Formats: sequence, C-alpha cells, structure tokens
Amino acid sequence: MQKSTTLPPAPKKTRGESTLAVHAGEDRQKLGDSITDPIICAATFTFESTQAVVDFIEQKQPREEYGRYGNPGEKVIERKLAELENGEQALLYSSGMAAIVGLFMSKLNAGDEVVFFDECYHRSREFCKKHLSRFGVTTRQVKTGDYAAMEAAVNDHTKLLVSESPTNPHLSIVDLDRFAEIGRRTGVETLIDATLATPFNVRPLDHGVDYVLHSATKYLAGHNDVLAGALIGDNEKLEPVRALRGVMGAVNSPHNIYLLERGLKTFGIRMQRQNENGQAVAEFLDGHSRIERVYYPGLESHPYHQVAKETMRGFGGLVTFLVKDADWRETGKIVDSVKIPRIAPSLGGVESLIEQPLVMSYYECTPEERRQFGIPDNMIRMSCGIEDKEDLIEDLQQALDA
Amino acid sequence: MKFRTRSIHVGNPCDPATGAVVPPIHVASTYVQHAAGEWREFDYGRSGNPTRKALEQTIASLENGRHALAFATGMAATHCVTMLLQQGDHLVAGADIYGGTYRLLHKILNRSGVHVTLANSRDPEELEQALRPETRLVWLESPGNPLMSITDLAACVDVAKRHGVMTAVDNTFATPVLTRPLDLGVDIVMHSATKYLGGHSDVLGGVLVVNQDDLYDRLYFAQNATGAVLGPFDAFLVARGLKTLAIRVLEQCRSAAKVAEFLAADRRVTRVLYPGLPTHPGHEIAARQMDGGFGAMLSFEVAGDFEKAKRVVQATELFQLAVSLGAVESLIEQPASMSHASYDAADRQRHGIGDGLIRISVGLEDVDDLIRDLDQALDA
Repeated sequence: MQKSTTLPPAPKKTRGESTLAVHAGEDRQKLGDSITDPIICAATFTFESTQAVVDFIEQKQPREEYGRYGNPGEKVIERKLAELENGEQALLYSSGMAAIVGLFMSKLNAGDEVVFFDECYHRSREFCKKHLSRFGVTTRQVKTGDYAAMEAAVNDHTKLLVSESPTNPHLSIVDLDRFAEIGRRTGVETLIDATLATPFNVRPLDHGVDYVLHSATKYLAGHNDVLAGALIGDNEKLEPVRALRGVMGAVNSPHNIYLLERGLKTFGIRMQRQNENGQAVAEFLDGHSRIERVYYPGLESHPYHQVAKETMRGFGGLVTFLVKDADWRETGKIVDSVKIPRIAPSLGGVESLIEQPLVMSYYECTPEERRQFGIPDNMIRMSCGIEDKEDLIEDLQQALDA
Repeated sequence: MKFRTRSIHVGNPCDPATGAVVPPIHVASTYVQHAAGEWREFDYGRSGNPTRKALEQTIASLENGRHALAFATGMAATHCVTMLLQQGDHLVAGADIYGGTYRLLHKILNRSGVHVTLANSRDPEELEQALRPETRLVWLESPGNPLMSITDLAACVDVAKRHGVMTAVDNTFATPVLTRPLDLGVDIVMHSATKYLGGHSDVLGGVLVVNQDDLYDRLYFAQNATGAVLGPFDAFLVARGLKTLAIRVLEQCRSAAKVAEFLAADRRVTRVLYPGLPTHPGHEIAARQMDGGFGAMLSFEVAGDFEKAKRVVQATELFQLAVSLGAVESLIEQPASMSHASYDAADRQRHGIGDGLIRISVGLEDVDDLIRDLDQALDA
C-alpha cells in the first residue's frame, strides 16, 4: 500500500555552505525539544485509527508507514543533501553502488543503451557490463573528455549518459556544461558521479546535469565509519526512482543516517582542509625526483587544469601519482613505508588512506585490460585526510627516501 | 606528530583482527579471564573498557599529558577531583566558574566538611590571600564562565606551588587546541567533553588529564570506586568528534572574533566580553596563554533590563536558545535565568552576572549568517 509522497521543492540556496551543512533540512524545533535529530529505529509506524490509514492512502496526510518506504531521519538527510546540491530532492541509499543501481533499474529497460566516459569507478562499469547486459541493456564506452564521441554514440535507444567528475583514479575533469548540453540536444538524461568533487567544490545540477550521484561513504559522511549513497535531482524525475527503492529495499539504516548527519555538520571545514592537503601533497610530489607524474587537477600540468580552475572551488583530497622507474613491487614498498595513511580502499574520510590501484582494484585484470583502463604498475592513489599537511608531506618524504 | 594528526591517529589503531580503519565499539560489561585470579588488561566495564581507553589515550596526547580518565559527564569528572579532599580541607576556586561547579562546591562538597572560598583568580595576589594552611586545591577556569575573565594560569600555579597546593583547571572553554594547562605546571586538567571535545551536541562526557602517575592512581581509584564512567557508544562519539576538534575550534574562534567586532561596534550593545578584543582586561594574558584564537564563547550586555535580554535570546533564527556550548550549532542563552541560575542571586550580582547579560556559543555556521541573525534579534 505504499504511496510515494511528493516532497516540497527545496528552497533556493540563501545561506552559506557551512550554515547549510549544520542546519539545512532539519526542523528548528525537534522531537523532545532535542537539539539533534533522534535516531528513530522503528521498522514500522503506527496509525491511530482506520481513518488515519485511509487518510494516508488518500494522501491527505503525508507521514511514514514502513521503514523500507521511508524514515524521518532519512528525510532530514535527503533535504540536507538536496539543499547542498541545489536540487529539489535527494534519495538516500545503503551505499553508492545501491544508488547507481537504483537509478539504472528505474530508468532502463531491455533494449536501452547507456553511454559512459571510460574512466570510472571499476565497480560501476563492471555492474553495467556483467549485470545490466543480462537484462538486455547495452553499455557503450567512449574516451573520457571526447564529447564528439559521446554524442556520436547516442542513438534512439540511448537513455542515459554517465560520467564521473573528477574521475577515479585519473582525476580528469568533465566540462559539465558541454556534457549536459549533449544530453539536452539529444534528449538523453545525464548523470554525474560527483563523489570526488562534493557540492563544496562543484554542483553539477547548476550546470544542467539531470542527476548527481554520491557515494556518501566518502567526503559527505567523512569519517570512514558509514556506508551510504545518494541521488539528487528534480522531483519529477526522482519520484519513480524513490518508488522503486521502496520495492528493492536498498535503504540506509537509522543509526547510519545519524552518523551521516553528524558527519555532514563538519562538511565545510573538512573539505577546506582536504582541498588544502590535496593541493600541498600534489605540489610536494610534483617536485620530487622519484615521481614520474602526478595527477591532480590543481596542478598546472594536469590536462584538465583549465576547466577545473574555471568550474571548481577546490580539487579535493585525492592525489594519484606514478613512481619513476618502479615495478609494481617497488611501488608497493612505498605504500608499505608510509606511516600515517593506512593501506585501504575508499577515500574522503578524516584519516588519510593509500593504495596501489593495480593491487587494490585491478589485480585480477590482465595487463592488457589494465593498459586499457589506464592503470600502470607504478601508480599510487592517496586520499588525503584532515591531518596536518606538514605531517603528511614529511611522511611521504621518508617513504620515498626509504 | 602535530595536533590534528594526533587527534585522528593516537588511540585509533586499526583493529588487528579485522583491519577496520575505525576501532570497534566494545560494549561488553565484563571480560572473560584465562584463569582465576590472573587478571587480563580488562576485567569489568567500570574498571576499564577498550573503547573508553582509546579515547583516554587520544585526549591525554592532545593535552600533552600521560594519563586521562573519561567520565559520564563533566560534573562527574569534577566530582572525582573533589574526592581527593577530606573533612577539614579547604578549596579555593576562581570566582567566574561554571554554575554547576559552584553548586557542587557550595551545596554538596560543604556537606563533607570541605570549606570553599571563591577568589578573584584574575589577580594572583588575591588568590594567594585566600589560601589557608589547610588549602589543598585551587580550582580555576580560563576563560571563565560567563564573563570570559582570563586567569593567568602560570602565575596562579606559581602561587599554589609556593604554598604546596595542587591546581586543577577546567579547560572546557579553551580546549587543548588553544591552551594546554599541564604545560604550564597545572596538576589536573578537566573537560566537559560534552562541549568542544564531542562537539556535536549529542554526547555527555567529562575527562581528567594528568601527568603524575600517583595522582592518576588516586583519581582512577576514586573513579572505579564510585563508577561514573563514560559509556562505550558515547566514547566512540567523542573520539569521532575529536578528529575534527582542531578545525572546528579554529574556525569557530575566527567566527567569534568577527561576531565580537560586530557587537562591539553596535550601539544596541553596551558591553562585549571577549578575550580577543584589545579592550578586554585579560586580552594580553589571553594572547600569551591561548594559541591560535581566543575561544568561541562570548558574552554581551544589551541596553535594557532582564526582559529586553530575554526578548533578544528568544528572537534569533539561527542561534538556538539552549544552555551548553561548544558544538557545531550556535547557541544563545541568558545566564541569569539559565546557565547560572544555580548561583545564589547575591553571588550572581557580586560577580557581575547581570540580568542583561547574554552568552553565545559561536558554532560552525557561516559567520555572515550569524551576524545577520544577531543584527535582527537585537531589535527585539
């Protein structure tokens, strides 16, 4: 008996980012007069009478019904994320992958096609190739940044254009205006995975993109202790996606939702520090004799520096680099020699993390596949946390000297 | 390692069993032993808990101390310090102290036969005059609450040491980001971890930090014997809050300085108490004693009476009307009717806590939004 309730449009952005991070989406006077939102663990929500059920079904009374269809804490986070991204509505999921899968399952039917820019999170691509294909959906990949190729790949069956920006791990930057324009011209909806950018650095909806995707596990939650995903867009487009989420069930849990809300309170200041640390670490590595190449949009040498500078407020905490004349084992030694960043997948939290993409994500690929994905043996990806940048640089220095 | 790095990494090793980058929350109340009478590191939750211990290690590191103890609340931590005293002992406290501490000293501790004198700790000589042969403890707060008075901690420590008296500092307002009293010779640092350490208005907690092993042993004995320990879920939330402590506090200090300047220049405001203003009597000492900012708490007086101040604190749209402080949300309150209502009215007047006084805790919101909010509320 689930009825999707249309949320009122989020008000236009009138406050500073940090004010939004602390207050947006929250009621000023909360349950029990608490200053913080309660963690509402209810699996189901009670009705005071049969008439109340009837009123709900006839939508006279918007309210909760069953935990899979919605939770009051989830609504708060969704309003907060919508305001931060300047969108009408957000949908929270149990993980970033659950969010992108939720959108695909809602928007795509057998015979449809999706076009990707080829630099992307390995698991997103894998889902399309291995799983969407089983449902008769075709995935086409074009070279990242080749807008003509993307437009040329669109045909009558194309339903979605997908890219990350910045991409992972190469940190290429998509010109969001051009990307959205292709969608408008061809009548195809567009999705940007902005996990690495965050609304602090860029808001893709302002550029005309239809959907923003986040692994909220990363910068949004920010403490390496929550899994979450989100989609943000306008009400009309997301209502069917919300309805399907209620059926498929990849919703987040009330405890996680609270940790995400708490993490978002410091979003603005964390992003400032992570932008600063990313830039400082990239500059340090760029000047080091053992480093062959640094991928960081804030460096002038980065192929997308110009578009990044024009469209982004900062470039995030992720820095990718290649070690000069090192095979994969020698590269691994540097990863093993750092003392502050821990060796782990994921990114965006307060703790710095480091990994070698060949080992962490592409170990089972053939050398040919790795070449195709642009993952050389000597590549290291570091996610700068909010530690003192001097400590991170000193640590990298000793690891490279080791 | 520098402060921010320590706040993230000290006490937070990867879990050796699973590799989890965030240590697990240990909720067990009791611990299985290998053999009767052979105690392992942890035996019973009141005596020790791995999650609480990890937090204690982080806080000890941030305060440059050797040992820390985590309590259920700041008052539980303060109470533990007073349990070092006994009948006939005398305690001297600074005048501008938290209302709850005042209540503990004057309404509870006095019943155990411990005598209490409030002294103006802004003047180390006045503090010295209040000392008696039986004085065992000097309790200080800097900045003070709610007048933001600044106590020269090093000077007061000198006085106390000359008389062989122990010193304790409630460092809640300054936080270890700005002031590390142990470095100044103080014996015990106390925090209401509910405030900046937790930082998100969602945890109650208190801590004590010390350097001396024997003093730690005595405090630990009192804590274990009386049982006001911090729970594991709350210890986790405080530890999570500590990871952003430095960036929160420094940002909040920057905003508070701007708010203070705005208020100081406003005709509707008769007086602003903020140590960062050059006109503040404790400014010079604060500049020496506080590293990187002057705190994010400030008080001010509005032209008008009790009712006017009451209207102003009720008219803000971003600042929320609540006691407590130090969190990401900005708060506003009237000490005479709220945080310091537990003072006797006469003591309140004597110590300058007027009816028109308003105290604000500057949070993490955009400072322009906060100033706009105060601007409209002052017309109430």
